[in-house]
Amino acid sequence: MAGTLRFEPDDRFHAFLATCRDAPFGNGPLSGVPVAIKDNISTMGIETTCASRILKGYIPPYDAHAVNLLKAAGAAVCGKTNMDEFGMGTTTENSAFGPTLNPRDPERVPGGSSGGSAAAIAAGLVPMALGTDTGGSIRCPAAFCGIVGLKPTYGRVSRYGLIAYANSLEQIGPMACTVSDVSKLYSVIAGPDPRDSTSCDRPYRHTPSPDIRGLKIGIPEEYFGKGVDPLVAVVVRKAIGTLEELGATAVSCTLPSMQYALAAYYVTCTSEASSNLARFDGVRYGPPADPKKSWHEAFRDVRKRSFGKEVRRRIMLGTFALSSGYYGKYYAKAQIARANVRADFLRVLADVDVIAGPTMPTVAFRLGEKSDPLAMYLSDILTVPANLAGIPAISLPCGTSGGMPVGLQIMGQHFADERVIDVAYAYEQAVKA
Amino acid sequence: MSEQQVIVGLEVHCQLDTKSKLFCGCSTDYRSDGPNTHVCEVCLGLPGSMPVLNRKAVEYAMRVAKALHCEVVSESEFSRKNYFYPDLDKAYQITQYDKPLAEKGVLGIEGDDGEKTVRITRIHVEEDPGRLVHMGNAERGRYSLVDYNRAGIPLIEIVTEPDMRSPKEARRFLNKLRATLEYLGVFDSEKEGSLRVDANISIKGSERVEVKNITSYKGVEKALTFEITRQKNLIRRGQAVDRETRHFLEARGITQAARSKEQEHDYRYFPEPDLRPLRVQSWVKDITLPELPDARRERFIRQYGCSMNHAKTLTGELRLANFFEDVVAPDPAGLSSLAATWIADTLIGELNYRSMSIGLLEPAAFTALLRLLRARTITDKNGIEVLRVILDQRLKGEPKESPDQVVSRLHLAKTTGDDGALRAAIREAIAENPKAVSDYRAGKSASSNFIVGQVMKKTRGRADPAELNRLLTEELQKGA
Amino acid sequence: MVTEKDVEHIADLADIGIGTEELGTFTQQFNAILSYFDLLDQVREGAIPGQELVNVMREDTVRPSLPQDDILRNAAATEDGFIKAPRVM
Repeated sequence: MAGTLRFEPDDRFHAFLATCRDAPFGNGPLSGVPVAIKDNISTMGIETTCASRILKGYIPPYDAHAVNLLKAAGAAVCGKTNMDEFGMGTTTENSAFGPTLNPRDPERVPGGSSGGSAAAIAAGLVPMALGTDTGGSIRCPAAFCGIVGLKPTYGRVSRYGLIAYANSLEQIGPMACTVSDVSKLYSVIAGPDPRDSTSCDRPYRHTPSPDIRGLKIGIPEEYFGKGVDPLVAVVVRKAIGTLEELGATAVSCTLPSMQYALAAYYVTCTSEASSNLARFDGVRYGPPADPKKSWHEAFRDVRKRSFGKEVRRRIMLGTFALSSGYYGKYYAKAQIARANVRADFLRVLADVDVIAGPTMPTVAFRLGEKSDPLAMYLSDILTVPANLAGIPAISLPCGTSGGMPVGLQIMGQHFADERVIDVAYAYEQAVKA
Repeated sequence: MSEQQVIVGLEVHCQLDTKSKLFCGCSTDYRSDGPNTHVCEVCLGLPGSMPVLNRKAVEYAMRVAKALHCEVVSESEFSRKNYFYPDLDKAYQITQYDKPLAEKGVLGIEGDDGEKTVRITRIHVEEDPGRLVHMGNAERGRYSLVDYNRAGIPLIEIVTEPDMRSPKEARRFLNKLRATLEYLGVFDSEKEGSLRVDANISIKGSERVEVKNITSYKGVEKALTFEITRQKNLIRRGQAVDRETRHFLEARGITQAARSKEQEHDYRYFPEPDLRPLRVQSWVKDITLPELPDARRERFIRQYGCSMNHAKTLTGELRLANFFEDVVAPDPAGLSSLAATWIADTLIGELNYRSMSIGLLEPAAFTALLRLLRARTITDKNGIEVLRVILDQRLKGEPKESPDQVVSRLHLAKTTGDDGALRAAIREAIAENPKAVSDYRAGKSASSNFIVGQVMKKTRGRADPAELNRLLTEELQKGA
Repeated sequence: MVTEKDVEHIADLADIGIGTEELGTFTQQFNAILSYFDLLDQVREGAIPGQELVNVMREDTVRPSLPQDDILRNAAATEDGFIKAPRVM
């Protein structure tokens, strides 16, 4: 039954940048379900800012493919959620419009960059949301807020309409309270799109199954090494124990390429970002460039006052990594590193069915706690490999440490998202029981 | 003198004649429409938009590669060329950098010293940026207006080795290239702005200069001539030629140094992550090339008996060659010779004078004119007049008459000896010019030309010269 | 190690403004991150990335463009259907 949904959430955690008070919806498998959309996904007629001043007031004249699919499934697009500016961050503190708070502890960050989507779900404002994951941006907030989030195999969900940060790494993905709902949302948005040349023809039509008997789970030592909070490690090991009780076997393994995975990630994403964000100059959209200045001056001014510090930093890092004389040392090397990471994971996944470990090295930190950029980057160490390799990865809650949620991360082979979801479902059902 | 040897290489950009743009479905037929009316989120570069490659553009580029005997590489890819400019809406151009579609070909041209080959370094595909219009003035403030209709139009870039030795050779290369692309059906040279050239020029032993922004065939010769003279003058004065980029200012016929910010660009090329690699080497064997200019020229000589010069002229442009064959088709044996002469020596000139496209003239009309000339119904001189009338009608969109109708309306049919009018006019002229007649009879045979002129006046150009001379000689001898 | 001058040059290349008050901290943080990137130096030529997806193309069919209004709507300044930009010297 088609209709209109009245949506007036009590948004005390600042999850939303914009809400649709009267959200229309149609018929279909998600008929009447309010779904929140991260604000880097284009929504026709609805302001889309990427949490940046440089897109304040920008109204896309087209919908992202994933949004089209949601509407066709009858969902009610009910609002745009807060995020780190242009996806650059791990805490949603880099939003130009103020941070989102973690509903589990409002003095802590919800994670990032899809912090708004995660908080909206964790606060019970919506059952489902779309996030995006470039280096962990769905999985990190899912872990910090205690919900479920999936980064699909690269190419299974169209990126058409996703405002690009790092094209070769990112995916739109489903976030929800339960694995079933993540699976349901995923089935709506996965599939080919002729407008995205990197999308593949792999629709998702799967009902999660809790039977994981005989499954082999790889446990990489690098996911439990130094840098990972021992209390977090304990909680995750216990969760893996639960999986073993369900009939799976845990096997030790090693991924030596983890040593340089984070460096490869940051060189790649900043390089692509430096190019993707060069178009923001105030001419075709965005805050007006001063017509009294010359082109370069006007352009530089708009970008200085409208991009936040972290965005400017990453643009410059990427510009440097691609620049003449440095391309070989940084960008070209990073691609080789990346291929090695991929090969490393495929090698392990040839012997095991899935890989498991913590999603994040710690639980959610306090707002303002991490101010050093490099320290912030280091918290992505466990999530970036899946993006580099293009493999599916899910995060689901598996307990708490110090009262804050801990995320269990399950990764699988390319296009084995179904199996990854099954493992998550098996754990979730076992714990519920 | 070898130290004065001129070395020229060219980078030619041609718009490929596809129906839709390179990376989106917007129509390429934008020239008669208002600004920003052939634009979508992809070619405007709106955030979140993504390119999808037009297969036809790749096919067209491969036809060119095959025709120029290039090697199509096994794996080709697109790259981003990053720089800032208002007409470049993504702040990068999607082009091909280190893995272009094809490499190492040749094109034969008529050099300054006989036939020669110009080597083709590489061929690749890229997108056109938008179009900038500069406005304002010092008082009101200068600004730019941008029209993105052209953004995303597919371009083929053809780069040559520095094998040309003069502005003339460069011009001939361009003409041959243009004709080849037209024959391949991938390029329409009548579309304004469809061809742009950058030239690299040096005098042997000195630095190389790049000249950009040459947008016409004539412009290439002008730009190169100016630049070569400029460089030779510097060398003569003992000054160094700076390695730099210069712009060609067509209106003034000069090259001017570009601003320093443009001199060194770090384009930070990297592979375009939104597009997949191309492996199309296997397509090459399935490409059938149409008849190309050289082959058609040889065929015109063989099949129509054209002279080498006429054949060269007629096959130099696709539309012209097609026109010739359409005109002579009803009676090749009877019309070819006349058609070749009249098209090459007369029609082309009349079209150029009017800046008129040959597409506006129906071949049938020209055939009809040739028939009149062949039957000697009109003189050559009046034939030209008829041609001018029918061209002007078609150029101005006036009601089109056939040549026969024009001849009838303007009484241009030839007078002949048979109707007596010619003989009468001759007798009149002889009677009116006794001095010329006696001069002629005294041995100054040239004096008869004066009488011929008088007869022409009397018959208003309708007398056939051969007829006239025959009858005049007869009449003059009668009186002797 | 990059200097403040280098950082200014990179900012110029990226057409990004860096205020003089930010330059010092920025340069410090930049260098720390670049040092971290040195981990890439230990990478040896290894796997060739698989390219499963190749030759992704579309047919040469014309699709309707966006109406001129949609193209101009988000622009701060327009004139007679053109988008206005600051002067190019």
